Amino acid sequence: MRVGRKEFLRLSGLSLLALAGKKVVNAITSAAQANKPATRPAKRWAMVIDIKRCLQEQGCTLCINACNQVHNVPRFQDRRHEVKWIWKEAFQHVFPPDGAEYMVAELPGAPLPVFCNHCDNPPCVRVCPTQATWRREDGIVMMDWHRCIGCRYCVAGCPYGSRSFNWVDPRPHIARLTPDFPTRAKGVVEKCTLCPERLAEGRPPACVEACKPKAMVFGDLEDPASEVRGLLNTRYAIRRKPELGTRPQVYYLV
Amino acid sequence: MRDRALILTGLFVFLVLITLPIWWDAARGTTSKGPDPVLPANEKTCVAPVEYMRTSHMQLLIDWREQVVRSDIRTYKAFNGKTYRMSLTGTCMGCHADKAQFCDRCHNYAAVNVVCWDCHIDPKLARGGAEYARR
Repeated sequence: MRVGRKEFLRLSGLSLLALAGKKVVNAITSAAQANKPATRPAKRWAMVIDIKRCLQEQGCTLCINACNQVHNVPRFQDRRHEVKWIWKEAFQHVFPPDGAEYMVAELPGAPLPVFCNHCDNPPCVRVCPTQATWRREDGIVMMDWHRCIGCRYCVAGCPYGSRSFNWVDPRPHIARLTPDFPTRAKGVVEKCTLCPERLAEGRPPACVEACKPKAMVFGDLEDPASEVRGLLNTRYAIRRKPELGTRPQVYYLV
Repeated sequence: MRDRALILTGLFVFLVLITLPIWWDAARGTTSKGPDPVLPANEKTCVAPVEYMRTSHMQLLIDWREQVVRSDIRTYKAFNGKTYRMSLTGTCMGCHADKAQFCDRCHNYAAVNVVCWDCHIDPKLARGGAEYARR
Protein backbone atom coordinates (compact mmCIF):
# COMPACT_ATOMS: atom_id res chain seq x y z
CA MET A 1 0.00 0.00 0.00
CA ARG A 2 1.33 3.38 -0.94
CA VAL A 3 0.98 6.08 1.70
CA GLY A 4 0.25 9.42 0.22
CA ARG A 5 1.25 12.80 1.62
CA LYS A 6 -2.16 13.45 3.14
CA GLU A 7 -2.37 9.97 4.65
CA PHE A 8 1.15 10.30 6.12
CA LEU A 9 0.31 13.62 7.77
CA ARG A 10 -2.94 12.28 9.20
CA LEU A 11 -1.23 9.18 10.61
CA SER A 12 1.64 11.07 12.24
CA GLY A 13 -0.78 13.62 13.69
CA LEU A 14 -2.90 10.88 15.20
CA SER A 15 0.09 9.05 16.72
CA LEU A 16 1.38 12.29 18.25
CA LEU A 17 -2.05 12.92 19.73
CA ALA A 18 -2.16 9.39 21.15
CA LEU A 19 1.28 9.90 22.74
CA ALA A 20 0.25 13.19 24.31
CA GLY A 21 -2.95 11.61 25.58
CA LYS A 22 -1.00 8.81 27.27
CA LYS A 23 1.25 11.35 28.98
CA VAL A 24 -1.74 13.30 30.26
CA VAL A 25 -3.38 10.14 31.59
CA ASN A 26 -0.12 9.13 33.32
CA ALA A 27 0.31 12.56 34.87
CA ILE A 28 -3.25 12.55 36.20
CA THR A 29 -3.02 9.07 37.72
CA SER A 30 0.36 9.71 39.35
CA ALA A 31 -0.89 13.02 40.76
CA ALA A 32 -3.90 11.23 42.17
CA GLN A 33 -1.58 8.76 43.85
CA ALA A 34 0.60 11.51 45.28
CA ASN A 35 -2.44 13.28 46.69
CA LYS A 36 -3.43 10.21 48.64
CA PRO A 37 -2.73 10.90 52.31
CA ALA A 38 0.45 9.22 53.44
CA THR A 39 0.03 6.63 56.16
CA ARG A 40 -0.77 8.65 59.25
CA PRO A 41 2.03 8.59 61.80
CA ALA A 42 0.95 6.32 64.58
CA LYS A 43 2.11 8.72 67.24
CA ARG A 44 2.80 12.35 67.99
CA TRP A 45 5.21 12.79 70.83
CA ALA A 46 4.85 15.86 73.00
CA MET A 47 5.96 17.18 76.36
CA VAL A 48 3.90 18.87 79.04
CA ILE A 49 5.67 20.83 81.78
CA ASP A 50 3.86 21.58 84.99
CA ILE A 51 5.32 24.95 86.01
CA LYS A 52 4.06 24.75 89.59
CA ARG A 53 5.58 21.33 90.16
CA CYS A 54 8.84 22.36 88.50
CA LEU A 55 9.17 25.35 90.81
CA GLN A 56 8.69 23.19 93.91
CA GLU A 57 12.37 22.32 94.00
CA GLN A 58 14.53 25.43 94.20
CA GLY A 59 17.60 25.30 91.99
CA CYS A 60 16.92 21.74 90.84
CA THR A 61 18.96 20.68 87.80
CA LEU A 62 18.22 16.95 87.72
CA CYS A 63 16.78 17.01 84.19
CA ILE A 64 19.72 19.02 82.87
CA ASN A 65 22.32 16.82 84.54
CA ALA A 66 20.69 13.61 83.30
CA CYS A 67 20.48 14.89 79.74
CA ASN A 68 24.05 16.20 79.70
CA GLN A 69 25.34 12.90 81.01
CA VAL A 70 23.55 10.49 78.67
CA HIS A 71 24.17 12.62 75.58
CA ASN A 72 27.78 13.61 76.28
CA VAL A 73 26.93 17.30 76.24
CA PRO A 74 30.14 19.28 76.82
CA ARG A 75 30.46 22.01 79.42
CA PHE A 76 32.46 25.10 78.52
CA GLN A 77 33.72 27.84 80.79
CA ASP A 78 33.56 30.28 77.89
CA ARG A 79 29.90 31.17 77.30
CA ARG A 80 30.52 31.82 73.62
CA HIS A 81 31.18 28.09 73.17
CA GLU A 82 28.18 27.00 75.22
CA VAL A 83 26.34 23.85 74.07
CA LYS A 84 22.84 23.35 75.46
CA TRP A 85 20.17 20.67 75.04
CA ILE A 86 17.98 21.55 78.01
CA TRP A 87 18.54 24.52 80.28
CA LYS A 88 16.72 26.93 82.57
CA GLU A 89 15.57 30.35 81.52
CA ALA A 90 13.70 33.02 83.49
CA PHE A 91 9.91 33.05 82.95
CA GLN A 92 9.88 36.50 81.33
CA HIS A 93 12.44 35.29 78.76
CA VAL A 94 10.64 32.04 78.04
CA PHE A 95 7.35 33.89 77.62
CA PRO A 96 8.32 37.47 76.75
CA PRO A 97 5.96 39.81 78.63
CA ASP A 98 2.94 41.08 76.77
CA GLY A 99 3.02 44.30 78.74
CA ALA A 100 1.07 43.03 81.70
CA GLU A 101 2.22 45.00 84.71
CA TYR A 102 0.57 42.74 87.24
CA MET A 103 0.75 38.97 87.17
CA VAL A 104 1.19 35.96 89.43
CA ALA A 105 3.92 37.15 91.76
CA GLU A 106 6.00 33.98 91.71
CA LEU A 107 6.37 33.81 87.93
CA PRO A 108 8.66 36.72 86.95
CA GLY A 109 12.22 35.51 87.41
CA ALA A 110 11.17 31.88 87.94
CA PRO A 111 13.51 29.48 86.12
CA LEU A 112 11.72 27.24 83.62
CA PRO A 113 13.24 24.34 81.71
CA VAL A 114 13.51 25.02 77.98
CA PHE A 115 14.65 22.80 75.14
CA CYS A 116 13.80 22.02 71.51
CA ASN A 117 10.05 22.44 71.01
CA HIS A 118 9.86 19.73 68.32
CA CYS A 119 7.65 22.00 66.26
CA ASP A 120 5.05 20.68 63.87
CA ASN A 121 6.24 23.31 61.40
CA PRO A 122 9.94 23.52 62.22
CA PRO A 123 11.79 26.41 60.55
CA CYS A 124 15.15 24.70 61.20
CA VAL A 125 14.10 21.79 58.99
CA ARG A 126 12.99 24.08 56.21
CA VAL A 127 16.34 25.87 56.03
CA CYS A 128 18.63 22.84 56.38
CA PRO A 129 20.35 22.39 53.00
CA THR A 130 21.41 18.78 53.59
CA GLN A 131 18.37 17.39 55.41
CA ALA A 132 20.63 16.75 58.36
CA THR A 133 17.66 17.77 60.45
CA TRP A 134 14.16 16.61 59.65
CA ARG A 135 10.79 15.97 61.23
CA ARG A 136 10.08 12.32 61.90
CA GLU A 137 6.61 10.89 61.44
CA ASP A 138 6.16 10.76 65.19
CA GLY A 139 6.86 14.50 65.43
CA ILE A 140 10.44 14.40 66.69
CA VAL A 141 12.67 16.96 65.01
CA MET A 142 15.64 14.69 64.59
CA MET A 143 19.28 15.38 63.76
CA ASP A 144 21.73 13.37 61.70
CA TRP A 145 25.14 14.60 62.80
CA HIS A 146 26.76 12.59 60.04
CA ARG A 147 25.11 14.86 57.53
CA CYS A 148 25.47 18.24 59.24
CA ILE A 149 27.85 20.52 57.36
CA GLY A 150 27.84 23.22 60.02
CA CYS A 151 26.24 25.98 57.96
CA ARG A 152 24.23 27.10 61.01
CA TYR A 153 21.15 28.07 59.01
CA CYS A 154 19.09 26.10 61.54
CA VAL A 155 20.64 28.04 64.41
CA ALA A 156 19.49 31.23 62.72
CA GLY A 157 16.12 29.71 61.85
CA CYS A 158 15.16 28.45 65.31
CA PRO A 159 13.20 31.16 67.16
CA TYR A 160 13.81 29.47 70.51
CA GLY A 161 17.61 29.34 70.55
CA SER A 162 17.42 25.59 70.95
CA ARG A 163 20.39 24.83 68.75
CA SER A 164 24.06 25.02 69.65
CA PHE A 165 27.10 24.99 67.43
CA ASN A 166 30.33 23.22 68.28
CA TRP A 167 32.93 25.92 67.79
CA VAL A 168 35.69 23.70 69.19
CA ASP A 169 36.18 19.97 69.63
CA PRO A 170 33.75 19.18 72.46
CA ARG A 171 35.32 15.94 73.64
CA PRO A 172 37.95 17.37 76.01
CA HIS A 173 35.14 19.32 77.71
CA ILE A 174 33.10 16.28 78.72
CA ALA A 175 33.87 15.27 82.29
CA ARG A 176 32.59 11.69 82.05
CA LEU A 177 31.98 10.02 78.67
CA THR A 178 28.94 7.82 78.11
CA PRO A 179 30.24 5.28 75.55
CA ASP A 180 26.79 4.28 74.24
CA PHE A 181 26.20 7.74 72.81
CA PRO A 182 28.53 9.56 70.44
CA THR A 183 30.04 12.94 71.13
CA ARG A 184 29.84 15.51 68.38
CA ALA A 185 32.61 16.83 66.19
CA LYS A 186 33.78 20.38 65.79
CA GLY A 187 31.66 22.23 63.24
CA VAL A 188 28.39 20.40 63.91
CA VAL A 189 25.11 21.72 65.31
CA GLU A 190 23.36 19.84 68.08
CA LYS A 191 20.15 20.01 70.09
CA CYS A 192 17.62 17.96 72.04
CA THR A 193 16.40 14.90 70.11
CA LEU A 194 13.81 13.67 72.63
CA CYS A 195 15.95 10.53 73.13
CA PRO A 196 14.78 8.32 70.23
CA GLU A 197 17.33 5.71 71.31
CA ARG A 198 15.49 5.42 74.62
CA LEU A 199 12.01 5.59 73.08
CA ALA A 200 12.98 2.63 70.91
CA GLU A 201 13.49 0.64 74.10
CA GLY A 202 10.19 1.85 75.54
CA ARG A 203 11.81 4.23 78.01
CA PRO A 204 10.90 7.90 78.43
CA PRO A 205 13.42 10.66 77.65
CA ALA A 206 16.23 11.01 80.18
CA CYS A 207 15.01 14.36 81.54
CA VAL A 208 11.51 12.99 82.19
CA GLU A 209 12.93 9.98 83.97
CA ALA A 210 15.20 12.15 86.11
CA CYS A 211 12.54 14.69 87.15
CA LYS A 212 11.71 13.96 90.79
CA PRO A 213 8.61 16.15 91.23
CA LYS A 214 7.24 14.63 87.98
CA ALA A 215 6.93 18.08 86.48
CA MET A 216 7.77 16.81 82.98
CA VAL A 217 5.18 14.57 81.37
CA PHE A 218 5.90 12.92 78.06
CA GLY A 219 3.40 11.15 75.85
CA ASP A 220 1.43 10.70 72.68
CA LEU A 221 -0.88 13.55 71.71
CA GLU A 222 -2.82 11.35 69.32
CA ASP A 223 -3.77 8.93 72.05
CA PRO A 224 -6.85 10.39 73.79
CA ALA A 225 -6.13 8.26 76.84
CA SER A 226 -2.56 9.48 77.29
CA GLU A 227 -1.43 11.43 80.32
CA VAL A 228 -0.45 14.46 78.23
CA ARG A 229 -3.90 14.64 76.68
CA GLY A 230 -5.48 14.29 80.10
CA LEU A 231 -3.44 17.22 81.42
CA LEU A 232 -4.13 19.39 78.38
CA ASN A 233 -7.85 18.62 78.62
CA THR A 234 -8.10 19.71 82.22
CA ARG A 235 -5.56 22.51 82.61
CA TYR A 236 -4.68 25.63 80.70
CA ALA A 237 -1.39 25.36 78.83
CA ILE A 238 0.73 27.91 77.01
CA ARG A 239 3.36 27.40 74.33
CA ARG A 240 6.37 29.48 73.38
CA LYS A 241 5.84 32.07 70.64
CA PRO A 242 2.78 30.39 69.09
CA GLU A 243 2.26 33.53 66.98
CA LEU A 244 5.19 32.49 64.78
CA GLY A 245 3.27 29.53 63.41
CA THR A 246 5.91 26.94 64.26
CA ARG A 247 3.32 24.94 66.27
CA PRO A 248 5.64 23.99 69.16
CA GLN A 249 4.81 20.75 70.94
CA VAL A 250 6.10 21.56 74.40
CA TYR A 251 3.25 22.74 76.60
CA TYR A 252 3.65 24.66 79.85
CA LEU A 253 0.83 24.27 82.37
CA VAL A 254 0.22 27.55 84.21
CA MET B 1 87.78 3.72 29.25
CA ARG B 2 89.58 6.09 31.52
CA ASP B 3 86.28 6.85 33.36
CA ARG B 4 85.48 3.21 34.12
CA ALA B 5 85.91 3.57 37.91
CA LEU B 6 83.82 6.71 37.98
CA ILE B 7 81.01 5.17 35.91
CA LEU B 8 80.92 1.97 37.95
CA THR B 9 80.84 3.88 41.23
CA GLY B 10 78.06 6.05 39.90
CA LEU B 11 76.12 3.00 38.74
CA PHE B 12 76.58 1.38 42.13
CA VAL B 13 75.38 4.44 44.01
CA PHE B 14 72.41 4.70 41.67
CA LEU B 15 71.45 1.04 42.20
CA VAL B 16 71.74 1.34 45.97
CA LEU B 17 69.57 4.46 46.02
CA ILE B 18 66.87 3.04 43.77
CA THR B 19 66.62 -0.21 45.74
CA LEU B 20 66.84 1.58 49.08
CA PRO B 21 63.16 0.92 50.03
CA ILE B 22 63.77 -2.82 49.70
CA TRP B 23 66.82 -2.76 51.96
CA TRP B 24 65.10 -0.44 54.33
CA ASP B 25 62.17 -2.82 54.74
CA ALA B 26 64.45 -5.86 55.00
CA ALA B 27 66.47 -4.18 57.73
CA ARG B 28 63.36 -3.21 59.73
CA GLY B 29 61.80 -6.65 59.26
CA THR B 30 58.57 -5.17 57.90
CA THR B 31 58.77 -6.86 54.49
CA SER B 32 55.70 -8.91 53.58
CA LYS B 33 54.24 -8.32 57.00
CA GLY B 34 50.43 -8.09 56.96
CA PRO B 35 48.29 -5.88 59.18
CA ASP B 36 47.38 -8.90 61.39
CA PRO B 37 44.26 -7.58 63.08
CA VAL B 38 43.54 -9.37 66.33
CA LEU B 39 40.25 -11.27 66.13
CA PRO B 40 38.06 -11.74 69.17
CA ALA B 41 38.73 -14.98 70.98
CA ASN B 42 35.27 -15.66 72.36
CA GLU B 43 33.19 -15.14 69.23
CA LYS B 44 33.59 -17.00 65.94
CA THR B 45 30.85 -15.51 63.74
CA CYS B 46 30.41 -11.91 62.70
CA VAL B 47 27.20 -10.21 61.53
CA ALA B 48 28.09 -11.19 57.93
CA PRO B 49 30.43 -13.72 56.31
CA VAL B 50 34.13 -12.93 56.73
CA GLU B 51 34.70 -12.30 53.01
CA TYR B 52 31.88 -9.77 52.94
CA MET B 53 33.07 -8.03 56.10
CA ARG B 54 36.61 -7.84 54.74
CA THR B 55 35.59 -6.11 51.54
CA SER B 56 32.40 -4.30 52.49
CA HIS B 57 32.25 -3.60 56.22
CA MET B 58 32.23 0.12 55.47
CA GLN B 59 29.09 -0.26 53.36
CA LEU B 60 27.44 -2.32 56.08
CA LEU B 61 28.28 0.32 58.68
CA ILE B 62 26.88 3.07 56.48
CA ASP B 63 23.69 1.04 55.92
CA TRP B 64 23.34 0.54 59.67
CA ARG B 65 23.92 4.21 60.30
CA GLU B 66 21.28 5.30 57.78
CA GLN B 67 18.73 2.83 59.10
CA VAL B 68 19.21 3.66 62.76
CA VAL B 69 19.44 7.43 62.49
CA ARG B 70 17.10 8.14 59.62
CA SER B 71 14.57 5.29 59.70
CA ASP B 72 14.64 4.36 63.39
CA ILE B 73 15.22 0.68 62.49
CA ARG B 74 17.52 -0.64 65.16
CA THR B 75 17.80 -4.39 64.69
CA TYR B 76 19.62 -6.29 61.97
CA LYS B 77 18.69 -9.75 60.76
CA ALA B 78 22.00 -11.44 59.95
CA PHE B 79 22.74 -14.04 57.28
CA ASN B 80 22.65 -16.81 59.88
CA GLY B 81 19.24 -15.81 61.18
CA LYS B 82 20.57 -14.14 64.30
CA THR B 83 19.31 -10.68 65.21
CA TYR B 84 21.73 -7.97 66.21
CA ARG B 85 21.33 -4.46 67.54
CA MET B 86 22.77 -2.08 64.95
CA SER B 87 25.37 -0.29 67.01
CA LEU B 88 29.03 0.39 66.37
CA THR B 89 30.05 0.81 70.00
CA GLY B 90 27.51 -1.71 71.27
CA THR B 91 27.57 -4.61 68.82
CA CYS B 92 30.84 -4.26 66.86
CA MET B 93 32.96 -3.16 69.78
CA GLY B 94 31.19 -5.68 71.97
CA CYS B 95 33.34 -8.40 70.32
CA HIS B 96 36.11 -6.34 68.74
CA ALA B 97 36.73 -4.68 72.06
CA ASP B 98 40.16 -3.34 71.19
CA LYS B 99 40.01 -0.70 68.50
CA ALA B 100 43.80 -0.34 68.39
CA GLN B 101 44.30 -4.06 67.83
CA PHE B 102 41.52 -4.46 65.28
CA CYS B 103 40.30 -1.38 63.41
CA ASP B 104 43.53 0.59 63.52
CA ARG B 105 45.79 -2.27 62.40
CA CYS B 106 44.25 -2.50 58.93
CA HIS B 107 43.41 1.15 58.57
CA ASN B 108 46.98 2.13 59.38
CA TYR B 109 48.33 -0.55 57.08
CA ALA B 110 46.17 0.63 54.20
CA ALA B 111 46.65 4.31 55.14
CA VAL B 112 42.89 4.78 55.45
CA ASN B 113 41.62 7.61 57.60
CA VAL B 114 38.18 7.00 59.09
CA VAL B 115 36.17 9.70 60.84
CA CYS B 116 34.03 7.30 62.91
CA TRP B 117 36.00 7.94 66.08
CA ASP B 118 35.74 11.71 65.88
CA CYS B 119 32.37 11.21 67.56
CA HIS B 120 31.84 7.53 68.40
CA ILE B 121 33.62 6.51 71.52
CA ASP B 122 36.17 3.75 71.80
CA PRO B 123 34.88 1.95 74.91
CA LYS B 124 38.46 1.71 76.19
CA LEU B 125 38.76 5.48 76.25
CA ALA B 126 35.44 5.82 78.06
CA ARG B 127 36.79 3.60 80.81
CA GLY B 128 39.72 6.00 81.10
CA GLY B 129 37.05 8.70 81.28
CA ALA B 130 38.17 11.92 82.80
CA GLU B 131 41.88 11.26 82.32
CA TYR B 132 41.36 10.94 78.62
CA ALA B 133 39.06 13.91 78.51
CA ARG B 134 41.66 16.12 80.11
CA ARG B 135 44.43 14.97 77.82
